[in-house]
Amino acid sequence: MTIKIYVPQDSASLSVGANEVAVEIEQEAHRRNEKITIVRNGSRGLLWLEPLVEVETPDGRVAYGPVEPSDVAGLFDAGFVSGGKHVLGHGLTENIPFLAKQERLTFARVGITSPLSIEDYIDHEGYRGLERAISLGSEGIVAEIGASGLRGRGGAAGRTGKKWQEVRASVSDVKYVVCNADEGDSGTYSDRMIMEGDPFVLIEGMTIAGIGVGAAQGYIYLRSEYPHAFDVLNAAIKIAYEKGYLGNNIRGSGFSFDLEVRRAAGAYICGEQTSLLESLEGKRGLVRYRPPQPAVSGFMGKPTLVNNVISLATVPIILDKGSAYYKDYGMGRSRGTLPIQLTGNVKQGGLIERAFGVTLREIIFEYGLGTKSGRSVRAVQVGGPLGAYIPESQFDVPLDYEKFSDISAVLGHGGIVVFDDTVDMAQQARYAMEFCAIESCGKCTPCRIGSQRGVEVIDKIIANNSRPRQIHLLRDLCTTMIDGSLCAMGGMTPFPVLSALNHFPEDFGAAAGDAKVANL
Amino acid sequence: MTAQQDWDRQAVQKVIEHHQHTPGGLLPVLHGIQDILGYVPDEAVEAIADGLNLSRAEVHGVISFYHYFRTSPPAKHTVHVCRAEACQSMKANDLVVHIKNRLGLDFHEVSESGMFGLEPIYCLGNCSCAPAIMIDRDEIHGRMTEDKFDSLVARLQGEGK
Ligand SMILES: Cc1cc2nc3c(=O)[nH]c(=O)nc-3n(C[C@H](O)[C@H](O)[C@H](O)COP(=O)(O)O)c2cc1C
Ligand code: SF4
Ligand code: FES
Repeated sequence: MTIKIYVPQDSASLSVGANEVAVEIEQEAHRRNEKITIVRNGSRGLLWLEPLVEVETPDGRVAYGPVEPSDVAGLFDAGFVSGGKHVLGHGLTENIPFLAKQERLTFARVGITSPLSIEDYIDHEGYRGLERAISLGSEGIVAEIGASGLRGRGGAAGRTGKKWQEVRASVSDVKYVVCNADEGDSGTYSDRMIMEGDPFVLIEGMTIAGIGVGAAQGYIYLRSEYPHAFDVLNAAIKIAYEKGYLGNNIRGSGFSFDLEVRRAAGAYICGEQTSLLESLEGKRGLVRYRPPQPAVSGFMGKPTLVNNVISLATVPIILDKGSAYYKDYGMGRSRGTLPIQLTGNVKQGGLIERAFGVTLREIIFEYGLGTKSGRSVRAVQVGGPLGAYIPESQFDVPLDYEKFSDISAVLGHGGIVVFDDTVDMAQQARYAMEFCAIESCGKCTPCRIGSQRGVEVIDKIIANNSRPRQIHLLRDLCTTMIDGSLCAMGGMTPFPVLSALNHFPEDFGAAAGDAKVANL
Repeated sequence: MTAQQDWDRQAVQKVIEHHQHTPGGLLPVLHGIQDILGYVPDEAVEAIADGLNLSRAEVHGVISFYHYFRTSPPAKHTVHVCRAEACQSMKANDLVVHIKNRLGLDFHEVSESGMFGLEPIYCLGNCSCAPAIMIDRDEIHGRMTEDKFDSLVARLQGEGK
């Protein structure tokens, strides 16, 4: 009997040696005359265990990790091909608590299937959403997305159904669907995991979106830092064309949809949707004034739906299982699930898909088991470089868009970066300003100049150069940036800065009282 | 002859022609050229502008806006070090210092021998295996340490022989 062994091909797995492990397993099996086939799957998201090798057994898949090439012979000695015990063994993958306690809807197939097998995709409920979408037609599709309560997962959390309806209602012979795969936020990779681990779900989601809003052309705007995702997407698109899931008259439905991947070029601001559209048109990524909204005048002046990868990859399951099924997960006005990325200085980092409502504390301590360094957790940054730093006293806040907003924080794209007690929060605040200065598109002064001034002011605070006055200046500067910036780059950079200052004044050389006094 | 004059005009022309009718074709053209040559030579700007019906200023403006495009030949191996927050939480700043010392380079520099170049990068999407670096265009390394970096450099130098 041939034994199936899974070795992920996700770039995180590759970055810690998955290819070398796969080669070693192949060669060792050959030496021992064991019949095996290696499947290169996506990652299961248990990233601290990568490279995570799984062996298929009658009871299910058994996990071993993190495996190094030098461990392979020992694994064979221990009989891992039949699920034998080994120090790197974790039993059935499904039962690993980090995974067992998840609600995987968008990520249902990631790590389970072979990413470029469309047969595997279809066997695992793939393309059922499209089938139902075709029978519902445009109006029904948009109604279903609206009823699901889905909100944009790219960061701004706008109502997806509303945006789809606006594009649908825009009258034009040509419309576009653009997938925002710029994923620039530090602490995030869920888009990448979908694109590398289950590319057809994104293709299906975009096809449904095309039918829903009346667009026959789609683009995936992919950051240049994701070369592996680029290859996987292109290979998947080619297969989808060959099998009649893209192109003219998709599966005899009468609908047509073409799809192309476009590479970005390393500018964080191009994740902002109007900057993205400029870039897609071949220009500098300067943010556009709105209105008009992209739904009315987007790519090449035509109505354009811009959605994040996760938003679009969630569409198939909503169409397949129905809006009520999806909406049933979550809390308040945050419906469904959020793929959380637990990253940074954390013992067990990885992808955690959970319904909204789970608390930060549960994520950091029950899934993450605290810091990797073994020191205490001092702060987490949630929602990327424009997201607030959150102190331990606020870890009981549930992951919910409104609850986060209540504490002047954002969920963004669901990235959580953990810092231990060696972090210097004044340096983190400085970096936030520096990043804004590097990545500002330059269109408005409060962002372009304000961020440079911000770096200088924080340097003076750190150097104790008329500190109280500089802290006061920093607050003024933040107010100017918040009030005077055209987009969230300049408008939200003050979030990490002010949260660092307010929650950790001692790092700025100010007693808690001082910071407040300066604020008066 | 310097590398600047060395590039293959015909290959560049082919890329331009291929994208002449692509909507928003400038980025695909720049990518195509950089894929082949490793950079976009200043001398190619005129051909790009002519081919896509743009002004040279427009083409220059776009090249300079994006961090990814470079206008000088890259090193044989470019080390991209992630400077973003998740990597910072795992002491990327110390790693950066080590790498700069090891290579004798600051960011955006290329070594005299042309062997190594050093660039900052802001998140490789490998934030749970931080700190992360990337060698050249697609070789990503996670859980990077000073020792691992030194062996990597030794390996690359060995290959160069
Ligand atoms: C500075 C900045 C960077 C952004 N980066 C991204 C990004 O990388 N990916 C993304 O999907 N949305 C990003 N956004 C949000 C987009 O502007 C837009 O809201 C989103 O793509 C819409 O899709 P959604 O409704 O599905 O979230 C960014 C916004 C700003 C202001
Ligand atoms: S806030 Fe910054 S990034 Fe946004 S438009 Fe203004 S200058 Fe550009
Ligand atoms: S922050 Fe370094 S890989 Fe994401």
